Amino acid sequence: MSAEYATSAEKSLPWLKFANPRNFYPLAGKMIPWFTALAIIFTLIGLYISFFVAPTDYKQGESYRIMFIHVPAAWMSMFIYIVMACYAAIGLIWNIKLSDMMAGALAPTGAIFTFLALWTGAFWGRPTWGAYWVWDARLTSELILLFLYLGFISLRAAIDDPRRAARASGLLALVGVINVPIIYYSVKWWNTLHQGASVSVTESPKMASIMLTAMAVMAFAFWMYTIAVVLARVRTDILEREREAVWVVEEVSRTA
Amino acid sequence: MWRGMLQRELTLALRRPQDVLTSLIFFVIVVSLFPLGVSPQLSVLQGIAPGVIWVAALLANMLSLSRLFSDDFRDGTLEQMLIAPQPLSLVVFSKIFAHWLLSGVPLVLISPLLGMQLGLAGDPLKMLMLTLLLGTPVLSLIGAIGAALTLGVRGGGVLLSLLILPLYVPVLIFATGAVDAVGSGFDADAQVSLLAAFLVLALCFAPWAAAAALRIMME
Amino acid sequence: MNWESFSDFIQMGKHGFYVWSSYGVTALFLAIEILLVRRKRQVVRKRLARLARLDTTLEK
Repeated sequence: MSAEYATSAEKSLPWLKFANPRNFYPLAGKMIPWFTALAIIFTLIGLYISFFVAPTDYKQGESYRIMFIHVPAAWMSMFIYIVMACYAAIGLIWNIKLSDMMAGALAPTGAIFTFLALWTGAFWGRPTWGAYWVWDARLTSELILLFLYLGFISLRAAIDDPRRAARASGLLALVGVINVPIIYYSVKWWNTLHQGASVSVTESPKMASIMLTAMAVMAFAFWMYTIAVVLARVRTDILEREREAVWVVEEVSRTA
Repeated sequence: MWRGMLQRELTLALRRPQDVLTSLIFFVIVVSLFPLGVSPQLSVLQGIAPGVIWVAALLANMLSLSRLFSDDFRDGTLEQMLIAPQPLSLVVFSKIFAHWLLSGVPLVLISPLLGMQLGLAGDPLKMLMLTLLLGTPVLSLIGAIGAALTLGVRGGGVLLSLLILPLYVPVLIFATGAVDAVGSGFDADAQVSLLAAFLVLALCFAPWAAAAALRIMME
Repeated sequence: MNWESFSDFIQMGKHGFYVWSSYGVTALFLAIEILLVRRKRQVVRKRLARLARLDTTLEK
């Protein structure tokens, strides 16, 4: 609708120009290769540090190398949920369509990282504590976070009207993000009460700085990957939702 | 004005008493299945009693939630409520309050019977009732947001459970924690105050969020 | 250097199964996600292009 003219707000705040899907689409297209390249470079560096630089752990042996993807995946899962809720809030309050789309595009990637955090947690837990699943506070919170992601994705998929789907799931994301800390602390309290196994990364007296470096590099690689894949998903969303616009018709007929 | 709204909700609901009874019977049946599935020994049942009763209460509450707005949605009353001069959150609040009176309070009242079935007695039993009294309104309040968001959505009932059951986790943890604490001879002031805090928080926040959700789904 | 030989690297001190399942599944899921995003994009572009062609033929 507002694709053809610049509003007064856009003139005073040039950045707002990119809140317009028409302007954002080519920008995102230009950014994707850069973030892909960064993701590949950081993955290679991260993998190199994880396997060849970081020494064998004296207590856990080699299985602790799982930590280098487990911890970054867990970080990403929580971080993406918060970012998603921020986009949802911006979309709801200022009625910015692109912001809604970003929230929706982040959710599948967030759910994947949550699942990966659970999966790698299980495969780290088996050699370390002898069981694939322990009701540890972090793993349990991750499980509930996965349910929150699945609820968001299902609600979005169940509503046919895209605008209504975006607004309804956005509200759900906001309710969820208020609840995430409450859920986390109640699960933590429940865990100490029942003296369950506690999975602690920071427990070891001094985590070698090389391990922190490896996790940080991997987290950065995941972050770059997320940006690239989310931008690609948003571009498809833009085409679908703006299909009536002239520029979209031109864009899809150009190379088809 | 508010009493009028509440009266309307209660009269409408009481016209169909089977709805109220169904979720209550569901609650009783679910709890009664556990001794059959786990063990008839009271020592075993005592350990799981708070959790079993609370999980059954969550499910019973959720079952009745899907009807919270759907009847008014179908006959068009909800649309009129949206444009009525009264604030929508107040309308929503009276609906939630009526829902709690008819689905939460019966659970609280019948819980001592079920508690005794599972070998609870004395102080833990009283604590169970107190946690249900404080916790079930929180469930209705949070659930109303989910009920509004799934209004008119295909597969709404199952979707509703996916949306709100994860949000019920803190209530479940602290309510069962309170009963367990009293059962092992500690006091449960901390848990009870937290439940009360959840109730206050949900009272301030949920009717407003549910009203916003209704606006989104009806616009 | 942590590893004496390639098989040493694969075995990961008897924890090879756990380490490689974690890394493997992570790589697999991210690869699947990329494939799905790409395929969705192609499908949507094709459909919209067909719609656009249909519109121009109808206008004529």
